[in-house]
Amino acid sequence: MIIPKLALRNLLGAGLRTWLNVVVLSLSFVLIIWLQGLYIGMGDQIKEAQIDVDYGGGQYWHESYDPYDPLTLEDAHGAVPDPIQNKIDKGEATPILIAQATIYPEGRLQVILLKGIDPAQTVVNFPSQFLVQENGEIPALIGTRMAKSAGLKIGDKVIVRWRDAQGTFDARDVYIAQIMKTIVPAVDQSQIWIPLETMRELMGMQNEASLVVMAKDIEELPVVSGWNFKSLKFLLADVEYLIKTKKTGGSIIYMFLLLLAMLAIFNTQVLSIFRRKKEMGSMMAMGFTRGKIIQLFTLEGAFHSVLAGIVAAIYGIPFLVWFAKKGWAMPEGYDDFGIALGEKLFPIYTAGLVFGTVMLILIVTTIVSFLPTRKIAKLKPTDALRGRLS
Amino acid sequence: MENSFLIKTKDLVKTYPVGHTTLFALNRVSLGFKPGEFAGLVGPSGSGKTTFLNIIGSLDSPTEGSAVVMGKNVEDLSHKQAAELRNRSIGFIFQTFNLLPVYTVYENVEFPLLLLNLPPKERKEKVMKALEWVRLADRAKSKPAQLSGGESQRVAVARAIVKKPSIILADEPTANLDAENSFNILDTMEELNHELNTTFIFATHDEKVIKYLRRKITLVDGKVTKDEVYEQKNSKGDI
Ligand SMILES: Nc1ncnc2c1ncn2[C@@H]1O[C@H](COP(=O)(O)OP(=O)(O)O)[C@@H](O)[C@H]1O
Ligand SMILES: [Mg+2]
Repeated sequence: MIIPKLALRNLLGAGLRTWLNVVVLSLSFVLIIWLQGLYIGMGDQIKEAQIDVDYGGGQYWHESYDPYDPLTLEDAHGAVPDPIQNKIDKGEATPILIAQATIYPEGRLQVILLKGIDPAQTVVNFPSQFLVQENGEIPALIGTRMAKSAGLKIGDKVIVRWRDAQGTFDARDVYIAQIMKTIVPAVDQSQIWIPLETMRELMGMQNEASLVVMAKDIEELPVVSGWNFKSLKFLLADVEYLIKTKKTGGSIIYMFLLLLAMLAIFNTQVLSIFRRKKEMGSMMAMGFTRGKIIQLFTLEGAFHSVLAGIVAAIYGIPFLVWFAKKGWAMPEGYDDFGIALGEKLFPIYTAGLVFGTVMLILIVTTIVSFLPTRKIAKLKPTDALRGRLS
Repeated sequence: MENSFLIKTKDLVKTYPVGHTTLFALNRVSLGFKPGEFAGLVGPSGSGKTTFLNIIGSLDSPTEGSAVVMGKNVEDLSHKQAAELRNRSIGFIFQTFNLLPVYTVYENVEFPLLLLNLPPKERKEKVMKALEWVRLADRAKSKPAQLSGGESQRVAVARAIVKKPSIILADEPTANLDAENSFNILDTMEELNHELNTTFIFATHDEKVIKYLRRKITLVDGKVTKDEVYEQKNSKGDI
């Protein structure tokens, strides 16, 4: 019990050097929690938005539907089976039909996905209500990213060309009824939304769909042949992976800082063990074993992390709390990143994150502090008293 | 009467390899010390005084021969047992004081007691008593850097005496002190020797110390050449 106390006294007694190490280490603390919190917040926000706008409570996919293979889209549609149609009729699901198409904005060719959605649906938080048909023309809804890439404005007309169920080419003018600003690129980039019934008619795909989005709170999931239910866990796997990649990428910043702090502590330990030989000799003369001295010096180094934790809490907690309230305004260009990001990102600091960070820093600091003390294990009391390295 | 010896060495040899030859730091030293002695190893620099103190202090082990301290053969002790022996029974005083710089005077004196698991109250009493012996109770809160050499060595004496060890080994304790402080320290040590019957063994070539000794053992090149015992203190009035 006495050794931790002595270690703390020695560490505080070392003055400025200790505090330099502590400040650098405390920065690592705050930076890790801040960055990781930001990524956790980002992940949650993306997932929420994807669920809200796109995934609902999961989706039934036509067995041929594969979002990663546009070539299969031609076959990825089929009549909605009765059990699912029942849900649709009750307003607990909404079908979406997807086909590949080409548009010719300003004479250029652009391959897009044409998507049909029920204008009256309320299953997902998607502004399909703008797709009400007027004066026989086909209304189309696009996102801001699509509008930008195709140079389209509200009221513009654009030719859409597709292959129908028989495989013959057909083309029609659509007019841009509305441009939506959404944080979910997956319902925006390279796609045009039109009313579902119109699309079914044009394609000759009556009552068909490529996928059916289920309502968020759906409980009963019918099993139907030819259609596979894709749970949120499956649908969000990509997002999870993306966040994990970003987290790893972000960790390089604080790993560098942590490395710096560890080098400083390692250096302090080596120097301290080199310079305090005589002190160790006196301690041995007073009955301390080498083991106890190793403990003392290791703890001295490891306590840097305890002090750093306290210092980090002093300035870090107010900063992190303020930041969590204020949020992080996303830069403009982030819109095109391919992930659903709002204009502001709100970090989330979980207990697990804080605990994990504390443990990480504590363990790493202890190891780094212990390594140089192994020299002491071979130190002879007489050499120590002479202030010599054995 | 073997048992009456607190410390007994027999044919103690300590050698160091120097180039191709062997240096005899101690060459067949056989000495016995009884409780309450105030003895000193005297001799020129390099005669083996420190080596001898280190071995009987269980900080070092002999090359040959034996050193029995408080009934224990130093050579047979494990690192831990040797530490235990030093902790309980031996106090060291060094030429360079060797105080721990970050601790206060009080904490420096308290240090040897930390391993003994004493109740805090008892510890405090012992520390204050030791500080009173060396007349430094009023400097308890000072740091070593704020003390003069004489004061530092008095703290070291308090630190050595605080656990009331049977043996105090003092290696050139006055080498860094002026005459006044040297006598001061020696008076204190003599008092402690009388009052507590603590055995003092010095290593010194300082005439001032030699005057105080009641037994003077002369070492030359690792060999005992003279072992003189005086009935009375060697009269410091001579100086
Ligand atoms: N670790 C060592 N390695 C080599 N020689 C040593 C070592 N320690 C002491 N010696 C030698 O042993 C001899 C006795 O040294 P020491 O006991 O320190 O003498 P004293 O204390 O009387 O001055 C000296 O010649 C010294 O150089
Ligand atoms: Mg010496």
